[in-house]
Amino acid sequence: MTQTLAETPLHGWHAAHGGRMVEFGGWSMPVQYSSILQEHQATRTAVGLFDISHMGRLRLEGSAAAQFLDSLLTRKVLDLPLGSICYGLLANDEGGTIDDVLVYHLEDQCGPFYMVVCNASNREKVIRWLENHLPDNADIQLRDETYDSAMIAVQGPLALEAVAPLVDDDPAGMRYYTGRCGRIGNTFGQWSRTGYTGEDGWELIVPAAAAAELWEQLVLMGRQSGGTTVGLAARDTLRLEAAMPLYGHELSESISGVQAGLGFTMNLQDRSFPGRDALLQLKNDNTLPRRVGLICAGKRVPREGYAIASESERVGKVTSGTFSPTLEKPIAMGYVAPSAAVVGNDLMIDLRGRMEVARVVPLPFYRKSVT
Amino acid sequence: MKPEELRYAKTHEWVYVLQEDDNRLATVGISAFAVEALTDLVFLELPEVGKQVQQGDTLGEVESVKAVSDFYSPVAGEVVEVNSELPNELERLGEDPYGQGWIAKIRLSDDSSLDTLMDHAAYGALCAEEEI
Repeated sequence: MTQTLAETPLHGWHAAHGGRMVEFGGWSMPVQYSSILQEHQATRTAVGLFDISHMGRLRLEGSAAAQFLDSLLTRKVLDLPLGSICYGLLANDEGGTIDDVLVYHLEDQCGPFYMVVCNASNREKVIRWLENHLPDNADIQLRDETYDSAMIAVQGPLALEAVAPLVDDDPAGMRYYTGRCGRIGNTFGQWSRTGYTGEDGWELIVPAAAAAELWEQLVLMGRQSGGTTVGLAARDTLRLEAAMPLYGHELSESISGVQAGLGFTMNLQDRSFPGRDALLQLKNDNTLPRRVGLICAGKRVPREGYAIASESERVGKVTSGTFSPTLEKPIAMGYVAPSAAVVGNDLMIDLRGRMEVARVVPLPFYRKSVT
Repeated sequence: MKPEELRYAKTHEWVYVLQEDDNRLATVGISAFAVEALTDLVFLELPEVGKQVQQGDTLGEVESVKAVSDFYSPVAGEVVEVNSELPNELERLGEDPYGQGWIAKIRLSDDSSLDTLMDHAAYGALCAEEEI
C-alpha cells in the first residue's frame, strides 16, 4: 500500500511548472524545477523562491505560553521581545536533540502569540512533546496551523525588491531575526527576516487559500530580477554552504547541540528544561566528536555516512555532503574525534572504496557579502 | 551518430556497432533520456582500457550534485578506447550524448549480447513508461 503524501497549497503549481516531485518528511515536494546549480546561483546572485509549507507551524497563545516555552527550549524565551525571533533546540533528557526550531513572539489582530516553526519530519513528535509537558489548568492554547497556512521563503541579495512592494512598513529596516504581522499582498500574515540559505531574505506565512496568488506575484517579480523558484536540492546546497545544520544529519536524538557547535542556542545558567543537566555535562566533555567542515581535493562528492579517517584510523563520518556551486568543489560536514577536528588538518574520506583527501576548514563555507 | 540507428539497454546505455577488419567494435554511451534525468553532472569515472566486461557489468560511474549512478556495459568484450576528454568536459554528455559524449569503445567478444538490446522505437516506449 503506497503512503499518501501531504500536499502544500502550491503543489499544483510545482507540478505544472516542471517541479520534479519527491517525498520529503511525508510531503510531496519539488526537489528541482530545472538545474540545481542554476537555482542555487540565482539565490546567491538575485533571488530564490522556496515553498516551505511542509514545515510545522504551531501557534501558542495565553498568559502562560512564554513560561511554558521557556521551560522546554534550550534558549531563553521569557525575555524574547515582541517582534523578535530566536533559534533554539528542544532537547531530550540525555541532551540529544528532539528538533531545532524557530520561536517567534508576534502580535496580530487577535493579540500577542508565540509561534514555533519546526521541521516537517518532526512535527508530530514536537506536538506530542509539547502536549505531554503542558501544565494542568494552565492558560495556554496550542494549535497546529500547518495545514491552514503556507510558508514561502524569499532569499537572495534582491529579496528586498520582491518583498517590499507587498507589505506596508519598509522591510529594509527590519533587523535579522525580527518579524511582523499585517498585510502581505492581497492577504494578511506574518513575515520575518530569517532564512536557511546564508543570504538576506524573508520568510512569509499566509493562509493556505491565499498562497497561490501570492506565490504567482512573487514568481513574476522574482523573474524580473533574474530570480527563480528553487527546490529542495538547491535548498540543501545553499544551507550546506552556509553550514546550517539539518535535522537527521547534524542533529538528532543522539546528537546534542553541544557537539554541533550550537552553544549560542543554549542558556544553561539558572534555568530548568529537559536535558539541561545533561548538556552542562556534555559541555565539559572533551572526548565528544565535534562538527567540522571539509573541502575535498578531488571531484567525487562525499555523501552522508561515508567514513572519515586520519592516518589510517577511523575518526568519524560524514553527515552531509554535496558539490558546492559557489566553491566549485565537493564539501562536507561531519563529526570527528576532537584530536582530528583541527582546521588545516588533512583527513581522508572513504568515497565508495577510494580514500580521498579532505581538508578541515572553518565554517561556514560561504558568507554573504556585506554591503 | 543518430539515435534511430542505435541499440539500447534497459539501463539507458546506447550502442553503435562498426565492423573493422575482423573486429566488431561497439561505441557506447548514455542516452539523452538518462542524461536529462541526471542534471548537474560533476564527475564521471571512465573504465580502464583493457578491462574485460560481460553484458551488464559496471562500466563506470557518473555523479551529479544530488547522487551517484553506475552505468553498465550493454555488450560483452574488451574496452579498447575511452573518451579521455569527457570527464573534463561533462557538458558534452548533455549537448551531444550520441556523438561527442561517447564514453568507451569495446571490441565485441560475443555478438549474442546484441540480440537482447532494444531498437530505438522499443527504447522510446520504455522511456515513456518510466516517465509516468
